[in-house]
Amino acid sequence: MSGPSTYDPKSGLEKWIDSRLPLPRLMHDTMSTFPTPRNLNFWYTFGGILTFCLGVQIVTGIVLAMHYVSTSALAFNSVEAIMRDVNYGWLIRYVHANGASMFFLAVYIHMFRGLYYGSYKAPRELIWIIGVLIYLLMMATAFFGYVLPWGQMSFWGATVITNMFSAIPVVGSAIATWLWGDFAVGDATLNRFFSLHYLLPFIIAGVVGLHVWALHVPGNNNPLGIDVKTPQDTVPFHPYYTVKDAFYLVLFVILFASFVFFEPDFFGNPDNYQPANPLVTPPEIVPEWYLLPFYAMLRSIPDKLLGVIVMAGAIVTLVFIPWLDTSRVRSCRFRPLMKQFFWAFAVVCVILGYCGAQSVEATAFGVPLVWVARIATLYYFAFFWLIMPIVGLIETPKKLPASIAQSVLGDSAATPAE
Amino acid sequence: MAATTSDAGTRRDFLYVASGAMGAVGVAAVAWPLIDQMNPSAAALALGTSEIDIASIQPGQQIVFKHRGLPLFVRRRTPAEIASAKAVDVNSLPDPLARNANLPENAPATDASRVVKPEWLVLIGVCTHLGCTPTVSTPQQPEGEYGGWLCHCHGSAYDTAGRIRKGPAPRNLDVPTYSFMSDTRIKVG
Repeated sequence: MSGPSTYDPKSGLEKWIDSRLPLPRLMHDTMSTFPTPRNLNFWYTFGGILTFCLGVQIVTGIVLAMHYVSTSALAFNSVEAIMRDVNYGWLIRYVHANGASMFFLAVYIHMFRGLYYGSYKAPRELIWIIGVLIYLLMMATAFFGYVLPWGQMSFWGATVITNMFSAIPVVGSAIATWLWGDFAVGDATLNRFFSLHYLLPFIIAGVVGLHVWALHVPGNNNPLGIDVKTPQDTVPFHPYYTVKDAFYLVLFVILFASFVFFEPDFFGNPDNYQPANPLVTPPEIVPEWYLLPFYAMLRSIPDKLLGVIVMAGAIVTLVFIPWLDTSRVRSCRFRPLMKQFFWAFAVVCVILGYCGAQSVEATAFGVPLVWVARIATLYYFAFFWLIMPIVGLIETPKKLPASIAQSVLGDSAATPAE
Repeated sequence: MAATTSDAGTRRDFLYVASGAMGAVGVAAVAWPLIDQMNPSAAALALGTSEIDIASIQPGQQIVFKHRGLPLFVRRRTPAEIASAKAVDVNSLPDPLARNANLPENAPATDASRVVKPEWLVLIGVCTHLGCTPTVSTPQQPEGEYGGWLCHCHGSAYDTAGRIRKGPAPRNLDVPTYSFMSDTRIKVG
């Protein structure tokens, strides 16, 4: 689908550059004439939105780093100084803090979209796996970033997460000590987390480059999940999808801005406005909302090592999805049975998130939430390791349309013009 | 020339393997400082012992001190708390080992081997699950079912000897190396 290049350098300068470094040709072929299925819907605009989110985080982050001090004695106060004294510091920090939540909101929609339309299936396995890697890097970056304000949640979140490594037999506590640079989370830990928090976004940007590169080999999947067969099935990326992406980006930015300006602490935890105190753990330690489902899994397992294994396994499982799904049909639009399991899975993820936000001993309708979380965790794993392979074999998919063009334009327009 | 044609492969293979091995050693030698720099520095390791005045602690009360950056629990137990800790069958405990740095590693987790003097319980206040600081139980406000501590992060409950009784924590709370300098002063570390 990437096909031969259609770039035609006009001026002498363009020709001169093209024969030495064909960067304009690359830009032209990937962002302008790139043939894109004509039936991409709203859910396909989140790739662009995510690129925007990464850009916002990098730009605001570089600015914040100019005012932040990564020493345990000064970190909390330097963040307060950003909020109160630095010109527009409040705005930049709120954009950065809410930007993390917006980034994860967009990435979850992007991932569920891929799951629903079977975008991970051949020949797009590597796009999906690189995507899982980006998601992992995002979680690491967000975790490091959450530690930096050095409030109570920062400190104890860092303590709990780094202690997970101590569950590893034999070398676990040595690894934890190595991560801390001390015998507990402290100054050394804060400094190195700041260094890594600054580094990882640029690694993410590089891996996003691979993600897009891999995407441009087979081209986009689409809501029908069928391959592009003729040029009739596609439209050029520009102006069709540049405009569509831009339109939904504007709507997304409105949502983003409404949090920044009207509910800037909506995603935050009030305990993080207390400076870190290594002697007092807050009554409830709650991670940021985007990690809650995994946190619920960890807490629902009454064994330390097993809990950490289950939590890590929930993420590692994602890598195997391309081979766990045995169906020949990509899109859930034509998979009546899988569609139901998919939506049940989405609900289960929300339930896990809810359980993770409640206290350990909480109940709902008389049922201990820890049991709700256990059942939900079971479904999470069953969905990938049992339901996906089995349903793919026993399900009778609906009839697929003959082509994208026929589905969009009707039979008359679908016949090639020539 | 004859030697180079017949032995060229062997001789070159040897050079490849030798330089490859040398290169690997070099990479490892360069990588190690970059990895080890993250371990605790000499300054962190050199943190000495703490001398703590425990005279003000009343029976049934706990005071938290800071030792090597970690919370240190010093609890003056009431006779009832000591009795309830002694009544437990060691074999029924999730962790049957004393975890007392003053005793051999295989010492059983009897109440006597968790303390130096029965009235004083000295513990590192770090939950052995994921490192939170457990909340102490008082008669007015019990924490957990065993009269000791409850870790609110993930629900681990400890008894009045700091032994794990319920929840995801795998080990009893650690007892650091300490000794009594007098009746009202202890030296930790």
